[in-house]
Amino acid sequence: MNDRLDAVLREHWWGAVAAVARRGGDLEVAEDAVQEACAAAVTQWPRDGIPPNPRGWLITTAWHKAVDVLRRDSLRPEREAAAWRRLADDADQPAPSRGGPIGDDELALIFACCHPALDPAVRVALTLRSVCGLSTAEVAAVFVVAEPTMAQRLVRAKRKIRQAGISLAVPGPQELAGRLNAVLRVVYLVFTEGHRASSGAELIRGELCEQAIGLARALAQVLPSEPEVRGLLALLLLTDARRAARTDSDGALVLLADQDRTSWNRAEIAEGEALIEEALRSRRPGPYQLHAAIAACHSGSPAADVTDWRQIAALYGELVRYEPTPVVMANQAVAIAMAQGPQAGLAILDRLADEGRLNQWPQLHIARAELLRQLDRPADALSAYRAALDTGPHPAEREFISRRIGGLVTAGSRPLRRSAG
Amino acid sequence: MKYLFLLYGPDGPLPEPGTAEATAMTERWSAATGAMARAGVLVDCAPVQPAAASTTLRVKDGEVLLTDGPAAEIKEHFGGFTLVQCADLDEALRWAATLPAATEGSIEIRPVVQVPAG
Repeated sequence: MNDRLDAVLREHWWGAVAAVARRGGDLEVAEDAVQEACAAAVTQWPRDGIPPNPRGWLITTAWHKAVDVLRRDSLRPEREAAAWRRLADDADQPAPSRGGPIGDDELALIFACCHPALDPAVRVALTLRSVCGLSTAEVAAVFVVAEPTMAQRLVRAKRKIRQAGISLAVPGPQELAGRLNAVLRVVYLVFTEGHRASSGAELIRGELCEQAIGLARALAQVLPSEPEVRGLLALLLLTDARRAARTDSDGALVLLADQDRTSWNRAEIAEGEALIEEALRSRRPGPYQLHAAIAACHSGSPAADVTDWRQIAALYGELVRYEPTPVVMANQAVAIAMAQGPQAGLAILDRLADEGRLNQWPQLHIARAELLRQLDRPADALSAYRAALDTGPHPAEREFISRRIGGLVTAGSRPLRRSAG
Repeated sequence: MKYLFLLYGPDGPLPEPGTAEATAMTERWSAATGAMARAGVLVDCAPVQPAAASTTLRVKDGEVLLTDGPAAEIKEHFGGFTLVQCADLDEALRWAATLPAATEGSIEIRPVVQVPAG
């Protein structure tokens, strides 16, 4: 019962917080009220059974609690009056049932949590808490901060939403495009936080990946005419499909070329490929569609050496126009190395390494080291792997690098061809 | 909800009236604030005298303390304000972006506290 209860509460959290926030005009009050309603459910539902419309029950219970708070707060008479007016407007409106696309309230809530007027770092945390329903302790664990610190950050963000008058309604057509980018960015960051956990020994925290995919799916359902939303969902599915293959039984990172492709999730790949093809047909490309198209090149290929690297290099070339970052250029260099040989890619990576901006990014050193190894320059490869270690990489990456270093040192002790220099 | 736009830019005197520079500046500002007025969001707006003309006031232990100059020394100076009445932050941001100060300096958007009457 408890697992099922948790699942039901988690499923209806977003809708309940969104409905109470929109009616009451205050996210902080709404979230506290829904939290209290969930606590009431935990004591009542095991005794009386889960109500036929759990979301309606949560919203009604939370709304009564929210009204008490709004009433007590005499400094906010205008807000209370506005809240009552809104309540009168839709008091009898039944809570929509779950399963279909999300409603305007839910969409409005995620837009508010991802508003560009909020600090970028807090948008991800706030979305995890207010939209996904993670507890404050869980959100604190994701960002490796103490729970009271995270609680304070979240409260500050919710107060800014109220005090600055950030709307709890879906943005109008004039704002939608710009605001949507901020929302997609947050969903992408939730996923990458799960895919490459910034801390802890476990490389992949599957729950965050699933939350991000759920958010992208919900957005794609309600914004079907936005190809970037489909592009993002496709990217997340195609990346997540490789989850099982990304680490070995010891938890060490496995490079794309060495992954067991039979363990890739075929259902996710099929869905992702269909989505990206559909998105690209709208002829309004964007960075998420390009990232997804690159991921589709990998997922559609039986092995790394028969992958269409020329196409991937071309897609990265397009992507540089949207994201002219050294990381994108480094990825393009790797694709060029695969298409035209290691020397061509190494020339680009060496230039990026000389610029120095990526020196704290272990992947640059790992990529250089891999190409140097292929070019039979073990001494240079060794120092590149050591440079990767010096950046303080993730434990799974550290394990991978240490094995490579071990391999080079063992090979070096045998009478092997010396580096060509 | 009312929003106060605090307009920041380089400090210095306004251009001499009658010069081409002054005319161009007036036209840029009139275009932006005129549109706000026609849309019914403009409550008030004005430039302020240079920072050198400002006085900062604090009351400490019942005593009024005055300091010559602005409260904080920063690179950009507070040069004027616009007070608008908007539905939400998005509408306020849209209007703020139309003001010349948005491109020539920066604008801080401050929500005004609604003080209950009586």
